Amino acid sequence: MFLLVVGAGRVGSSVATSALRAGHTVSVLDEDPLSHERLDVELGTSWEEAGGRFTIGTALELDALIESGIENADIFIASTNGDNTNLVVAQLAQLRFEVPRVIARILDPRRAAWYAEQGLETICPTQIAIEQLEKAALDL
Amino acid sequence: MAGLYVIIAGAGKVGWNLARELLERGDEVTVIEQDRRRYLTVEQELEHAVQYGDATELWVLERAGIQRADLVVAVTGDDEDNLLICQVAKEKYLCERIIARCNNPRNLDHFKLLGIQPAVSATDLILRLIEHEVPRYGLVHLLDLPEERLEIIELVVGEGAEAAGKLVSDVTLPDGALIISVLRDGEGFVPKADTVVEAGDEVLVVLDPGLEEDITRLFVTGV
Repeated sequence: MFLLVVGAGRVGSSVATSALRAGHTVSVLDEDPLSHERLDVELGTSWEEAGGRFTIGTALELDALIESGIENADIFIASTNGDNTNLVVAQLAQLRFEVPRVIARILDPRRAAWYAEQGLETICPTQIAIEQLEKAALDL
Repeated sequence: MAGLYVIIAGAGKVGWNLARELLERGDEVTVIEQDRRRYLTVEQELEHAVQYGDATELWVLERAGIQRADLVVAVTGDDEDNLLICQVAKEKYLCERIIARCNNPRNLDHFKLLGIQPAVSATDLILRLIEHEVPRYGLVHLLDLPEERLEIIELVVGEGAEAAGKLVSDVTLPDGALIISVLRDGEGFVPKADTVVEAGDEVLVVLDPGLEEDITRLFVTGV
């Protein structure tokens, strides 16, 4: 499988390294070169030596998306630290590049739910935290 | 006509001035601004017509009464925000009319792809004006109708260009292009098959989008 991860903060970089370790082809797009170092440290070796790809660029730039290999991606993960960027870039991946599977991390529970109804696969960490806290505190 | 209810996302220069004009026309306006300091500044003048909040959040739009809005105008400085505000206005709250500001003209395609129209880019408009004032390759876009797949361009026939000195009927225009007018010595006329195209003529051509290069090659030298 070819995974493209846009936004390699804590979440994106962990998913990217796990996927690489599991033997998938992984490309990461991030505007901050620091996130590349995070990947190196998490892997304990150079990201590229381990077979990973890394592109520095902004998610909404078509050139950057194409350079990072979006046209061949099987799975697209939008995990920047901004909901709005994730929502827009995920829709670009879906509609313009027709990536077979697109997943967006959305912190805002209401928009995560609404966009999921519109056919975008969303993961909402906030909703997960709410449910776990309710369970822990109220024993729901 | 009864006044409209307009929600404006973003109280920057564009949003604030727009709100003023609409209020003066007698429309009802709510401006949404997410920067606290900017909100407090604008609130001194617009009072209850401005609300503090992030217009990409659904509850903020609902508090502003998006369900009854006739028009949503998203003019923040952030293209993603403008795109998503208009998207939920149109598709979730079924607002019939939206207008989006596109700050970076390179994002215009994204607005089109997601069906957010019209998207207005000041940079793009100014670029077009510059193109009109200082035509590159002597070519000016007079009219673009992308939906209808039609455009009209004006160009100056170059010295030694392929078309210069030829009868209109001998100029081998690509399919989908037609010379509709010639301006010579300050006078315009509709050319006939036996009109001779002269260097220095300003020629109006109606064409399908995408044919500009072929046309330029025919009429302008050195391209």
